[in-house]
Amino acid sequence: MAEKTTLEALKQKFPEYVVEMSAPFGDETVVIRKEALLEIVAFLRKPPFDFQMLLDLTCVDHPGRSDRFEMVYHLFSLASNRRLRIKLSLPEQAAVVGSLVRFWKNANWLEREVFDMFGVRFEGHPDLRRLFMNDAFEGHPLRKDYPLRKRQPLIPLRK
Amino acid sequence: MQGNFITTKLNAMLGWARKFSLFHYPYVTACCGMEYMSAACAHFDIDRFGAGWTRFSPRQSDLLLVVGTISQKQAPILRTVYDQMTEPKWVIALGACAVSGGIYDNYAVVQGVDQVIPVDVYIPGCPPRPEMVLDGLLKLQEKIQQQKQDWRWQKRQP
Repeated sequence: MAEKTTLEALKQKFPEYVVEMSAPFGDETVVIRKEALLEIVAFLRKPPFDFQMLLDLTCVDHPGRSDRFEMVYHLFSLASNRRLRIKLSLPEQAAVVGSLVRFWKNANWLEREVFDMFGVRFEGHPDLRRLFMNDAFEGHPLRKDYPLRKRQPLIPLRK
Repeated sequence: MQGNFITTKLNAMLGWARKFSLFHYPYVTACCGMEYMSAACAHFDIDRFGAGWTRFSPRQSDLLLVVGTISQKQAPILRTVYDQMTEPKWVIALGACAVSGGIYDNYAVVQGVDQVIPVDVYIPGCPPRPEMVLDGLLKLQEKIQQQKQDWRWQKRQP
């Protein structure tokens, strides 16, 4: 199994959940359906793949698309020196996806950041609060429809 | 006539005393702090101009150096620090971010600290060279020398 690429193994194990696969410049990338995230991650977290590190977790806003938000996960396996990028799309009305805190502890703050900046919610997150902005802040500043020059000062400004 | 003569001289004397005994409080939040450190240390030596005494308490200082980006979350803190300083007090905005928000024209950053507190001297640059910091200090000293000295406690309107 170790010789097989991660993508091939995923395609074999979850044929109905994998939407698209590619490996641009050797970076293995898989687009999956959102409801399969936890199942696929649980499979990848254990040997033989053993993706011990969640390098990054972020979100992209595509205002024109029907599925507006695209979550991006970057995984790294120390055991086999492999990397994997997982993508999935979320609609604006139901921007909810499973939390990965149970697999990687650093997902806690990363998911809080995405919640703060994009308003994506994570089911099963132990403490889903804003990470950067203050609690009184309204809206999600990295959404493309957040007004560019909108300011929300905490104290009255002089001018 | 005689009264006028004495008042003018006292004003000049107070100005002279104050401009060469600036105790500054560095409010350092970003990379401009490196240039401030350079200006404060031996190579450029801010002490040559009588402003060498760094006080890390706003209650003991009369020059507030706002060095770096001030975010919206920082603004109330900066305001508190300014309010804690004793009169007479002056403020230098050091670097593009403190002057105008700099490149950060976004939701998180105050677009110039003069939106929060009154500023006497603006030093632009990203970051400004230590020479520019010293030049700004000299400009402030000129300003202090020329201004009407409030030697009875007079609250400045923020």
